[in-house]
This record gives sequence, structure tokens and C-alpha cells, in this order.
Amino acid sequence: MKLVIIDYGAGNIKSIQFAFKRLGIDAILSNDPEVILSAERVIFPGVGEASSAMKMLEKSGLDKLIAELKQPVLGICLGMQLMCNSSEEGNTNGLGIFDVDVKRFSNAVKVPHMGWNTVNGLKSNLFKNIKEDAFMYLVHSFYAEMCQEAIASTYYELEYASALLKDNFYGVQFHPEKSGEIGEQLLKNFLEL
Amino acid sequence: MLTKRIIPCLDIKNGRTVKGVNFVDLRDAGDPVELAKQYAKLGADELVFLDISATLEGRKTMHDMVLKVAEHVNIPFTVGGGISSIQDVDDLLHCGADKISINSSAVKRPDLVNELSNKFGSQCVVVAIDAKQIGDEWIVHLAGGTIPTKLNLFDWAKEVEQRGAGEILFTSMNNDGTKAGFANDALAKLSESVNIPIIASGGAGTVQHFVDTFKVGKADAALAASVFHFGEIEILDLKKELKENSIEVRL
Repeated sequence: MKLVIIDYGAGNIKSIQFAFKRLGIDAILSNDPEVILSAERVIFPGVGEASSAMKMLEKSGLDKLIAELKQPVLGICLGMQLMCNSSEEGNTNGLGIFDVDVKRFSNAVKVPHMGWNTVNGLKSNLFKNIKEDAFMYLVHSFYAEMCQEAIASTYYELEYASALLKDNFYGVQFHPEKSGEIGEQLLKNFLEL
Repeated sequence: MLTKRIIPCLDIKNGRTVKGVNFVDLRDAGDPVELAKQYAKLGADELVFLDISATLEGRKTMHDMVLKVAEHVNIPFTVGGGISSIQDVDDLLHCGADKISINSSAVKRPDLVNELSNKFGSQCVVVAIDAKQIGDEWIVHLAGGTIPTKLNLFDWAKEVEQRGAGEILFTSMNNDGTKAGFANDALAKLSESVNIPIIASGGAGTVQHFVDTFKVGKADAALAASVFHFGEIEILDLKKELKENSIEVRL
């Protein structure tokens, strides 16, 4: 299985690479369009700030490339948020793959939302063999609103979309690479889609 | 619902765990990777590695350790100790650390908190604060509680929050090592003063202490070392007890 993790200079991608290594897959880190296009599976990671990450993508032309990919793509954390229409973080446009906007939690709760929380209303084979109310690890200050494309939700201040699906594009707000055995199951499911 | 976190802390010197770690099933209790794997299996929610190496060479072995932990452990971990520059943090994050913790370097140069959160995001910047209650005041201390500063705990916490810290690890020097419970009054006040998560540290001795620090101290996470390392408290038993006390945990 040729799996490429898009390396556009955003955050800690070593953890994702290691998580796949534990599943027996040697992931390739690349920002080369040809390498990304030829992958069977693509991971779109991201940690950091939305508007600057978006600028890095635009500068390299990866924004257009990602939106046109045909193979299963999994956006993780900020990666997922950048696949949405827009984000309040730095008031930036996103790739517009998911028809939903990304907002900030209010100060009625502690921000960032940090730690283990449950995922509910699970749809799609991405959650195969994962039970309702399974725990995932999350660290984020911005969230995607509940929408048609939600395939999982999580409650913190309000119910928000913690996983999204449209066509071949998957997005998860949580960090499967840091979510113990359940997270590993999800990564395995992604490989088997 | 977001759960309360239980965090074992491992002291590392020259790439090895120090202080007695007394784990029954380990081949090598000095190996941080094995210990970390074991803790992940036993239900720890996160791990903290504190580098107490005194030499530059000792520090360098930390990178290899972080790389190995990231390779083998599937829960988040924080690395602290001797971090004073953007480069230090960049190196550790590249090795696979999820968060870094800074303490005295933030006191010496507060702008470091801004620089790190701007470059790497607040989510990976933990500011550790050691404080001691002197009279009615909580005073921030450096070097393991030996050097007092002019900073007040609550003011300093608010400042680092404004500068972009994503989390505060508060150790009460009055409670640390006593096994007599966490500094819950100060923790509760801290939790009300800032709007970022607080990790309680210092004083864990019994299961009830953890119940109290979540209920009375309003902590978001609790950190401890020896009670876990010596098997005095099993993490799974602890979490079951917390659950029975209506505290949400990941089981």
C-alpha cells in the first residue's frame, strides 16, 4: 500500500508516520504533486494556525491538488478544518471540500478542548469495529459545526462534527495516531476502505 | 464528555528513567520506552517526561528517547526540562513529542511563550509553574523550589495564558513529596483565574487525593510519579474509583 503523508511544513507528522509503521506501513512524507497523485491513500495532516497553513498550501499549489484527489484522503485535526469552507482562525478560506464552516469555542469553556472525549453517531466504514462512545484524543480551539457531511459528533460546549465525509474525502478532528488502540483501528479502517 | 486525565511523570537522566521505578512486569524499568508502553497499556491518558540531565550530552540523548517513545507509544506525551529556545522545541517536536513544557526559561524571558505559541501553536505549549505558599501569597519559584521570584502564581498564570500557553502544569512545592494531597484551594483559584486546562501536581498519596483535586481543586488533569512507579496506586483502579465518584474518566 502506497501511503503518502502530505508534508507542507505543518506540525508534528512524525507521530502519524510512526502510527502507520506500527500497522506495518511505511508512509512516505512528500510535497511532490506526482508522488501525492500516485498514492493509494493520502493523509492530510496539520497542527498549528489555519490561515498560515492555508498560505503555505496556496504557495505550493497543493490547495488545488488536494481538492482534486480521487483516492481516499484523510484530513487530521487542522487538516480536516482546512478541508472545510472557511475558518474563524485567522479568517481564512478553506479548500471547500466539506460544506461547513469552522468556528471557535466560546470562553464559556476552557479553550483548547484538550484530552479524551467520546465520538458518537458513527457512520461509514471508517468507524468499522469502533463502538459508539469510543474515546479519542483531541486538542483544538476551533470546531466544524454539525452538518450533513458529519459521520461522527463530539460534545464540548455544543455538539460539533468530529468526523466528516464527502465522496473520497474523510476528515477527523481527533488524533487517531494518539488515540491508543481505537485510533489504530481507525487508521487500519482507512487503509481498508 | 471530556474526561479528566491521569498523567504519570517520568524523570529522565541521560536517557534513562531515574528514581526507583518498581514495576513488576518490566524487563528493564530504567528504559523509558518500556515504561511508557506499560503505562499506556495500564490506562494512562498522557505521559510527561522530565529531563533532569545536567549535561549537554545528557540532553542530547533525550532526542533519541523522544524518537523511540513516539515510535512505540500510542498516547500523547509532553517533554520538559532544559528547554529554552525555539530550536529546542523544533527539535523535540520533530522527534515526535506532542507538547513541550517550559518553566524557568519562561520566567527569565516571557516572550518565549509568545514565540513558541505563534510558531508551533498553543496546543503544544505547556507552561510549568512551581509555586510555594508563603504567608497568604503563592510565590513562583525556580530550580525545584529553591529560588523565589517576584511573581505571584495567579498573575503569572494569567500572563502566560495571554501570551499563548495552551495548558498550565502547576506544582505546589508545599505539597510535593508529602503524599498528603494536592494544593486544592490554590488549584481551584487558578482554574477560575484562567481559561486553559490546569494539570495538578504535587502531593498525590491516595486515591481520595485524586478525587479531591478534581472535585475541590477543579483540575483538568492530575500528575503523579512515585505512587504510580511503586505500584501504590494502579491507574485502572484509580480510574474506576474516580468513576464511582461521578468523575468522568476514560475507561
